[in-house]
Amino acid sequence: MKSGAKRYLLLALLAAVVVSFFSAYFNRYYLGVTIDVGINIILAVSLNLINGHTGQFSLGHAGFMAVGGYIAAKFSLMLSPALPPWAQPLIFGAGLLLGGSVAALTGLAVGVPTLRLYGDYLAIVTLGFGEIIRVIFQTSETFGAATGLTGIPNWTNFGWAWGSAAICVFVVTCLVNSTYGRGFIAVNDDEIAASASGVNPVRYKVTAFVIGAFFAGIAGGLYAHHKSFLSPTGFDFMKSIDIVVMVILGGMGRTVGVIIAAILLTLLPEYLREFSDYRMILYALLIIIIMITRPQGLFTFGFKVRNSK
Amino acid sequence: MTEFLQQLINGLALGAIYALIALGYTMVYGILRFINFAHGDVFMLGAFAGLFLTPVVQRFFPPQSYLGGIVVLLLAMAICAGLGILIEMLAYRPLRNRPKLTVLITAIGVSLFIEYTCQHRLVFGAAPRKFPDLIPVTTWNVDQLVISSTQVIVFVTTILLLIMLRFIVQKTRMGTAMRAVSFNEQAAALMGVNINSIISFTFGLGSALAAAGGILFAMSYSSIDPLMGVQTGLKAFVAAVVGGIGNLPGAALGGILIGVIETFAGGIPGLSNYRDGIAFTILIVVLIFRPTGLLSKPQVEKV
Repeated sequence: MKSGAKRYLLLALLAAVVVSFFSAYFNRYYLGVTIDVGINIILAVSLNLINGHTGQFSLGHAGFMAVGGYIAAKFSLMLSPALPPWAQPLIFGAGLLLGGSVAALTGLAVGVPTLRLYGDYLAIVTLGFGEIIRVIFQTSETFGAATGLTGIPNWTNFGWAWGSAAICVFVVTCLVNSTYGRGFIAVNDDEIAASASGVNPVRYKVTAFVIGAFFAGIAGGLYAHHKSFLSPTGFDFMKSIDIVVMVILGGMGRTVGVIIAAILLTLLPEYLREFSDYRMILYALLIIIIMITRPQGLFTFGFKVRNSK
Repeated sequence: MTEFLQQLINGLALGAIYALIALGYTMVYGILRFINFAHGDVFMLGAFAGLFLTPVVQRFFPPQSYLGGIVVLLLAMAICAGLGILIEMLAYRPLRNRPKLTVLITAIGVSLFIEYTCQHRLVFGAAPRKFPDLIPVTTWNVDQLVISSTQVIVFVTTILLLIMLRFIVQKTRMGTAMRAVSFNEQAAALMGVNINSIISFTFGLGSALAAAGGILFAMSYSSIDPLMGVQTGLKAFVAAVVGGIGNLPGAALGGILIGVIETFAGGIPGLSNYRDGIAFTILIVVLIFRPTGLLSKPQVEKV
């Protein structure tokens, strides 16, 4: 199983890099959309580790994405004029890691005091943290205040986006299937029973939170260098909801389903541009109908029964 | 000192509105144990109901009269009570006894549905609208303090509604049944309480209070838009949690507290930009020290 996963990862990385070499031959628009898909896969899979596998309902994923995006963008804006062009991938890679790490630290800062809370309380606190992060970026002059950051170098290509997505999927899958990662599922299934059998729920919740935040930060960095523009309004509550919808549609705790949902929900709005007024209304109806008729998600075909609280 | 008192008055007026909305959150939570995310949107619908009702009502009552204002308020409350009951029946009732998370997500869905439907150009449109003056607007100057008639009306209405709510919950049969359901749903059902009608009543009552909050908010700030319920609703929810969710006096206290602190922070130069983050900061600080809120007792979760 594990060596198989590693082979898939190498294959995916190789494919991503090879495709990105030929990216000049592709239509720019389609290429842009596929990069969006890759970024959304990272966001959805990383949120799935928190919401799906560990069963804590976080509504602040856009906040972590904002942290990673702003930090990485600021890093490249400061360093790119000073260094020669060949150093560009180095700066970008370092910026992404830095953004991800700061996002992970933010996740730790959010997680430690609040993860003793359950379900709805946690949802509202993460939502609150997301809003606080947004307000901070909106006010901070260093990060462009309300106008945001502009002129971020356009470095994200197919290879970076899909390579990162492959690594993210690999890490999350291996983590959940490892002995350590069974703890996440134990916490999801029954927190009290898990703690009675020696699993420390807070530790697992914080771990999931930090790893999820790290990848959200990476996705934010990729997003910043893809759009070359960041504004604080792009990371509001609605962005978090977008990611949550992907996780719900795919099925909580189902990595494959979540990836399919992320692809579909990125492509669909592109096809339905003329119906964009109705897009969010449809989303909302979709959430309600799915929750009433198929709460396990659209793309789940297994027979795993999960009785969470 | 004058400035302090002035800020206090402004803060109390805002806090009173938060308190009205927070009561709806806390009542629904007390009975069904889930956050009704759509509550903030019912607040918005209340304000829009007021906007559309005003011209109709002013045909029968003199414009800008207290009587007309009261009629608009009561009609909007009735409409939103109906809407609240409808939302519960269509979206939440099929999910009774499902995992809490499912219901929470549905509530987010309902909230998004209302927001985006109302933003559509065929419904209200996304642009902000001016709310008409319901009552004669005057301002009084007391010792350099400026008090507007709107603020007085906000206070008086909120206090009257709170007294009314307390009466309903403590003295009527319906209120007794509500408390019974919130204490133990199954036992209440065994005692002959009709759970469905109690839940509908709770939603209706909470939504009516939210509608009143919406009209008072629209009167105070005179501009309304389909997304006005998002931030205000979240802050009111925070107020309910800060006070101890499920606890009615707690919700009122939390609302006043959030309103006052937010207004004071808005007056401090360096802090005013962070205004929207203040409520959440209070929430996190309170939850760290008192995870169940200010006025409620800690509970032990059992298997």
